[in-house]
Amino acid sequence: MIPELGQFALSLALMAALVQSVIPIWGAARGNTVWMASGQATAVTQAVLTAFAFGALMHAFVVSDFTVSNVVENSHSLKPMIYKVAGTWGSHEGSLLLWVLILALFGAGVALLGSNIPAALKARTLSVQAWISVGFLSFMLFTSNPFERVFPPPLDGQDLNPLLQDFGLAIHPPLLYIGYVGFSIVFSFAVAALIEGRVDPAWARWVRPWTLVSWMALTGGIALGSWWAYYELGWGGWWFWDPVENVSFMPWLAGTALLHSAIVTEKRDTFKAWTILLAILTFSLSLFGTFIVRSGVLTSVHAFAVDPERGMYILILLGISILGSLALFAWRAPAMESGGLFAPISREAGLLINNLLIATATATVLFGTLYPLFLEAITGEKISVGPPFFNASFIPITLPLIMVMGLGPHLSWKRADLPGVLARLKWLGVLVLVATLVVGWLRDGGPLLATISMGIAFWLIGATIQDWARRVKLTQSGAWARIKRMPRASHGMSLAHLGLAVLMMGAIGASAWKTDTVSFAEPGTVVQIAGFDVEFQGVSQERGPNYIAQVATLNVTREGEYITQLFPERRFYPVAGSTTTESAIRQTLAGDLYASIAEPASEQAEGLWTLRLIYEPLVNFLWLGSVMLVLGGALSLSDRRLRVGAPRAKAPIGATPAE
Amino acid sequence: MQRLLFALPLLLAVIIGGFAVWGLQGGRDPSDIPSALISNPVPQFDMGALEGAGVPGLKTEDLKGQGLTLVNVFASWCGPCRAEHPILTRMVEEQNLRVVAINYKDKPEDAVEWLDELGNPYERIGYDYTGRGGIEWGVTGVPETFIVNDDGVVVHRFAGPIVGDGKRRFQEAVDAALGGS
Repeated sequence: MIPELGQFALSLALMAALVQSVIPIWGAARGNTVWMASGQATAVTQAVLTAFAFGALMHAFVVSDFTVSNVVENSHSLKPMIYKVAGTWGSHEGSLLLWVLILALFGAGVALLGSNIPAALKARTLSVQAWISVGFLSFMLFTSNPFERVFPPPLDGQDLNPLLQDFGLAIHPPLLYIGYVGFSIVFSFAVAALIEGRVDPAWARWVRPWTLVSWMALTGGIALGSWWAYYELGWGGWWFWDPVENVSFMPWLAGTALLHSAIVTEKRDTFKAWTILLAILTFSLSLFGTFIVRSGVLTSVHAFAVDPERGMYILILLGISILGSLALFAWRAPAMESGGLFAPISREAGLLINNLLIATATATVLFGTLYPLFLEAITGEKISVGPPFFNASFIPITLPLIMVMGLGPHLSWKRADLPGVLARLKWLGVLVLVATLVVGWLRDGGPLLATISMGIAFWLIGATIQDWARRVKLTQSGAWARIKRMPRASHGMSLAHLGLAVLMMGAIGASAWKTDTVSFAEPGTVVQIAGFDVEFQGVSQERGPNYIAQVATLNVTREGEYITQLFPERRFYPVAGSTTTESAIRQTLAGDLYASIAEPASEQAEGLWTLRLIYEPLVNFLWLGSVMLVLGGALSLSDRRLRVGAPRAKAPIGATPAE
Repeated sequence: MQRLLFALPLLLAVIIGGFAVWGLQGGRDPSDIPSALISNPVPQFDMGALEGAGVPGLKTEDLKGQGLTLVNVFASWCGPCRAEHPILTRMVEEQNLRVVAINYKDKPEDAVEWLDELGNPYERIGYDYTGRGGIEWGVTGVPETFIVNDDGVVVHRFAGPIVGDGKRRFQEAVDAALGGS
């Protein structure tokens, strides 16, 4: 019964979306306030109905209702509860339902929280959002109904691929989806603005919180996916430039550019067409990601639910929304006059360079991801594009970007005094140079580029801190009061920029200075890695609750000084008849030391053990930097000027002074 | 001129969309990438035995000096593996070929049950729960079958199940490899 109610709710949600896609925008065109206001009611109704449908599907998974074919295909009665719940979005149909739910929630969010948005803009935005809903709800109801029944019901489910039953994988998709789909509302705002033919600083301010929320979720989702790959898969890698990773990275890059360009629109009333274009592109790239993952057009280790027919349907949806919005852009955007002028050296110019570089980086990733498709279509040759291409093309674009990033916040709006800024940063430059030389002297091996990149990361850290200290006048009395008074968005920027520098250090360390050894060990063997002496002391048998373990004892010393002991294990589970390897990790901020053992190498090498040691310097900086990025976004989101519709925000629109 | 500039994103999107439409047409298999291993010796690896299967594990040395060997990557959770299994088994028996396997990302009890049900044509089975061996071999999906010659050199990689037209193509590859060695 409940699945039928779920499906019914979904059909009603489609009805609500259909009404919402027509009435508010029509009302806005005719100046009918009642029609415009109807968008809020339908948006909330649509969200409630979709949430009900989602709850119904989740219920079917939780109680293991094997009359629902989606549950049969993706669950099992003995699966732990968390994976039953996660199974809700583990399949194509379920994840699509989650997609539609987030879409509706963002629409309802604007309806409920956006009380300071002019009625006409809000009505148009909600209608555009509903167009997307109609597309995806009908896609789901007509081609991928998650509530389909099976008769007769089987005794138990077919279960999910066991490797997919993992906590990281359970929460990674929802976060990623909030990011992907959250950009839909930004897209709707942009299309609504194009229809209205007007973009102003207020528009940019209304859009900002939604962009920030989506960007934070996407950042968190990507970082979590990377973290999972590193710790759970245990291959020692954290980014593979796989098509599926790339399609989540491209909206992130475009969204980052959008965050920055919208600031210019907000503060200086310029970059309007560009901001609109980025808003459209960010969501288009998200849609494109959905298409790539589900269509099987490109090969990937992640591809699931591949089906060319569905791919065609998604492609048609994509075509209508992307081509439609870009055509609207080509038609209406030229009419948008740009506002404030600025000198070639100014904050605006800095942000322009930032945007151009990020756009180039995005284009590079897009090109690399699609190149196999282009090449096969034109010449018939089949290739796959791997990390060498991306490393060779992406890094040279990002390094200047990071350099400008350190400088940008020091520049003032309209016209900046470059010699003055450079004079201010003179000592920092010297300090960074010295630090870089020290790194260059300390490093053993690894490419020179890594040392240079490290220097650039130092530069970003130093310049960001100096900018922050200057703005709060840290050395003068009353600094704390100034810190508290300063807009939180400003602190958020500093924190996020620092986060990126930290992340970059992690990326450099873990890819350029990683060391990896495999050796045969017998008691007494000493293996040297990254300055550590690891002595293999022997293997003992131990008994666990339901397994027998062979535990190796490794004594780790550095220059004769005792550091720690590591106990990698091999476990044998007699009941299941399976053997697992438990690696031991010594985790510090400086780097992770991984150890794992495998059974004797071959029959001839009786008594020998295969000992694998990996040292990944600075790898934890990656996660630390990601957390800082998200926290920086959160700080910025909590800025007073963005508290849309919150009761305390009394300031009327336009009265907030543009800094 | 300026109008043209604003239409540029649309133009690019249309071009990419055109390629995407082409990409969706049937009969195209994006995973059919030439393996980097072709004409190279098999990677260094050493996989333990699949507990309960009654055959030893698989390592690099087992593929040298043993004549032509098929290395079949399978998993019990993979539907197409089930489809190709009887065909592969018959091929191996009728043509007296040597076949070994890599059991990929599977639970041992499931894999053993699967083999009990469908039969075990494999001389050796390497157990690869973590998928690490799959990475060494450049496996992009299951099933996949590699043809390794007497010198331990990979001569062919076949992605996808050996059924229907795939069977014919695979047979051609085996014949070519036999003729060459």
